Amino acid sequence: MSFTVNLRGVSLRYGSEDALADIDLDLEAGKIYGLLGRNGAGKTSLLSLLAAFRKPTAGDVLVGGEPVWENAPIVSRVALIREGGDFDDSDSVKAVIEAGQIRPSFDTEYALKLAERFDLPLKKKVRDLSRGKRSVLAAVTGLAARAELTMFDEVHLGMDAPTRDAFYKELLAEYMDRPHTVILSTHLIDEVANYLEEVVIVDRGRLLRHADIEAFQGMGATLTGPADAVDALGLAALAEQRLGGTKSITVADALDAPTRERAAAAGIEIGPVGLQDLFIHLTDPERKAA
Amino acid sequence: MFDDGTPIYRQIADQIKAEIMNGSLEPGGKVMSTNQYAAFYQINPATAQKAFRELVDEGILYKQRGVGMYVADDARDRLAADFRERFFERVLAPLVREARQAGIPLTDIIDYLRAQEGALQ
Repeated sequence: MSFTVNLRGVSLRYGSEDALADIDLDLEAGKIYGLLGRNGAGKTSLLSLLAAFRKPTAGDVLVGGEPVWENAPIVSRVALIREGGDFDDSDSVKAVIEAGQIRPSFDTEYALKLAERFDLPLKKKVRDLSRGKRSVLAAVTGLAARAELTMFDEVHLGMDAPTRDAFYKELLAEYMDRPHTVILSTHLIDEVANYLEEVVIVDRGRLLRHADIEAFQGMGATLTGPADAVDALGLAALAEQRLGGTKSITVADALDAPTRERAAAAGIEIGPVGLQDLFIHLTDPERKAA
Repeated sequence: MFDDGTPIYRQIADQIKAEIMNGSLEPGGKVMSTNQYAAFYQINPATAQKAFRELVDEGILYKQRGVGMYVADDARDRLAADFRERFFERVLAPLVREARQAGIPLTDIIDYLRAQEGALQ
């Protein structure tokens, strides 16, 4: 059993500032989601609501079909792992792992296996761990939680590239072994794209896009060719560049067949847009909200 | 491993097709499971499943309930026809367009192709 997520008209205000404004979002159970957004876009606020770390200012936050706020049976099966973890610095690694057992689904044996695999020194105090090892410890407690909704909020930040790679591998293996709902919040999109089934982008406290990863991969295009011909297509460009008589534009939407044909006939080259680039363009502060 | 422009599931489907065409997957042979593909390529299992679904829809693979996926007996014939169609669309259509832009008469191209084939024989 894994959890669905439903947000209805959800807002979260800190003082006079809207961290999230009027979010409607439905996530099916048992998929791996990527939550993308720039720093301060509202990713952590959103995840904090799902974990019932915070109460929404307005709207309903449902996890597994039930309001999650002050709902212990649901919350005990939800795990939100933040970068660096929420540990007591004076605890040892072993004590942190044992403290995970407060959660009924926590798999201590698996946690210890992971600790060994990721070279975590069990006797060391949390305060003596490097930033990388601290992130690894957070990731290990998240994986071993065996929750029905597991959220990793930029947990990769402190890890070096090989460790991140090993973490994603372990996450996928655990997911296949026991399908559950996973949300990965990140801005290293290209690195996790292959692991995702759907992508949610938040921008300035609002939901910008939610679609299948394939929709994003096929979404944008770059068109490069004679400036007149590119302009004649009349496409809304997210970004453009000019070099002499040649113009290159980036568009956010997939091109339809007639546009492709017209472009090809006019000698315009069509290329893909990487997810990372598409994300940068879509969340460009210079750009008016879509 | 994967390029940017094409959805991963389509690239996997294409790869399975290539394996059938070059004989490393035999007609009637069993294909790896969704999870095996996902673990091997480090992709979401739903992505591998989409590739399989597409190949089943095209009649390239068939599903034996509870046992696994197999290569259809006529998969190679189907793929050969498919390949021919794509060859015209992806290779010849742009060729004709570029030749026109460069002002090269079609007869020159035909002569060149004949000479090339002659050299191969």
